[in-house]
Formats: sequence, C-alpha cells, structure tokens
Amino acid sequence: MTDRDALFEYLLRLGDNTLVLGHRVSEWCGHAPVLEEDIALANTALDLIGQTQMWLGLAGDVEGEGRSADDFAMLRDVWDFRNLLLVEQPNGDFGQTMMRQCLFDAFHFDLLSGLAGSTDDRIAAIAAKALKEVTYHVDRSSETVIGLGDGTEESHRRMQAALDLLWPYVGEMFMPDAVDTALHEAGIAPDLPALRASFDTRIDEILRQATLVRPDNAYAHSGGKTGVRHSEHLGHLLTQMQWLQRAYPGAAW
Amino acid sequence: MKTEWPLWEVFIRGQHGLNHRHVGSLHAPDAEMAIKNARDVYTRRNEGVSIWVVEAAHISASSPSDKGPLYEPSESKVYRHPTFFDIPDEAGHM
Repeated sequence: MTDRDALFEYLLRLGDNTLVLGHRVSEWCGHAPVLEEDIALANTALDLIGQTQMWLGLAGDVEGEGRSADDFAMLRDVWDFRNLLLVEQPNGDFGQTMMRQCLFDAFHFDLLSGLAGSTDDRIAAIAAKALKEVTYHVDRSSETVIGLGDGTEESHRRMQAALDLLWPYVGEMFMPDAVDTALHEAGIAPDLPALRASFDTRIDEILRQATLVRPDNAYAHSGGKTGVRHSEHLGHLLTQMQWLQRAYPGAAW
Repeated sequence: MKTEWPLWEVFIRGQHGLNHRHVGSLHAPDAEMAIKNARDVYTRRNEGVSIWVVEAAHISASSPSDKGPLYEPSESKVYRHPTFFDIPDEAGHM
C-alpha cells in the first residue's frame, strides 16, 4: 500500500463516518419527541454532512481521478464504505440514538483534537473547523445521556439497554490496522490506542453521573472501517440515501 | 407527575453592544438545556453572540385589563416629551 492509498483510505473513513451518522441522525427530522430536539438533531446532522463534504472532497483530490464528494456518497455500494459499525446501527428509540451519538462524539472529539495537529495542513484545517461543531455535539449528547440515565425508571432502563446494545461497537473505534498505523507514523493521524484512555475517562464520568453501568464485556465487533463486514443495516440505509441518484442518474437541483 | 418540560423565554444579543432582545420561547428540562435548545432553535443563522433564558413562570407581567389606569393617563401629558426645546445647531442630532 502506497502512502497515497493509505491517506485516501483514511479520508474515506473520516468522511464515511460523518456521512453515515449524519444520514442516520437526519432520519429523525420531523419525528423527534419534541420540537427542540428535532431542530437540534437536524443541526447535528447538517454539521456532520458538512464535515463529510470536506473529508470526501479531500479524498477525491488525493485519489486524483476526478471523483467528487457526491460521487463517493451516492455512487458507491456497501462494500466500498469505510465507516465504523457503530454509526450505521439503527436509531432505535431516542435514548438509543443519543447513546450512539455520545459514544461517537466522545471518540470524535479526541480524534479531531489529534487531527488538528496533523502534519498535513489540509487535514489540520478541516479538523480545526469540525472540532468546534463536535465540541458542542459531545456537550449536548453527554448531557442528554446523563439526564435520561439519571431520569425516570423508564428512561434509565432504556439508556442502560442502549448502552448494553451499543457497547460491543466501541472497540472498533480504537483498533488500529495498517492504515491507522501508517498515518500515525507519518504524523498525519493520532495514535488510536492512546485515544482510548481519554475516551474511557470521559465516558466513565458520564456514566457515573447518568447512574449507568458500563458493561464489562470487552468483545468488539469489527469490519466496518475496513469494509470487510458491514452490518445488514448499512445496505438498507444506502437504498434510502442513494435512491434518487440511482433512479435519476446525474439529477441536480 | 408533571410530564411537560417548563417553558422558557429566550433573549438573544445580536452583536456586542446591543441589548438582549426577546426572540421567543421554548421548552427544556433545566436552564442549561434551555440555553442549548435556544442555541439550536434561535441562533442557526448567525443571529447571536449571547443568550439569556428565564423560566416563563418567573416573569411577572402587567395585566391587560389594567391597560386603562396604567397607560392612558400618560397619553394627555405631552409636556413630558422633550420636544419644546430649541436645540442649538452645534449640539447636532440628539
């Protein structure tokens, strides 16, 4: 694998994470339990889609074959996607959505903090811009997890169930492969295992305040960011997200 | 048990140096979430640099039925408007 291939692959991971999660969160538009949360979720989704445009746009530049961010988003199939399994998981109830968001935001914040110091100026600039948005995301999602976890008996039960369901998808975020290692050694990306400590500190404090119990199951699903084994949910998501470009190729407005 | 979040009134300052202005209201479980919700609902288009929220229940308001005794007496007191002074040109716009 050349340096360029590794960088391209890495940028797809960054862009596909924000694309798939952004689409997932946008599924709440018009359906959230209260108006205020509906707007807040739509804002988050739009932040993530905006970040996607930057990451996948840069991926296209690096690849050098004239593919745009839209081409990557709308014209690839499941096996080409490089997002984490966590972000393609279904929304479930509002609590499950916010738990998924909180787990990803905590990781995303540390990742972007590292990328803001990247030796690649283009990556550092995108990360610095995204970091402001994500600082708010993690603030909001962690407060919601705390509020619902330490809320009523029902909300507590739902949040614990969401945590138990999603915990096996946490490990993949911090599992480095050849791409992550190459980018870290080049000074472009942070060391993933080193991010885990900061994640654990933050999440443990959130869970403590939320009166939720961290599962002691260390099992981790994997195969999302390598594209080897996505869950069945990603295909269903893509049929919704891509149908217009598939049905009317090149449609623009 | 009350299942509705309380109502909050939202005040936004558009630029440094201007006053906070009432922009609307929203529901939130507590003050901190009210500020977050206000950020998401009322500052999406770059409207603000500062947010105040106050629980609507804490606002005391004059009663519309007291309109007569409260406000009508001032209608006939034109001498309270400082419009009878000649402003010297050198003073400029006041």
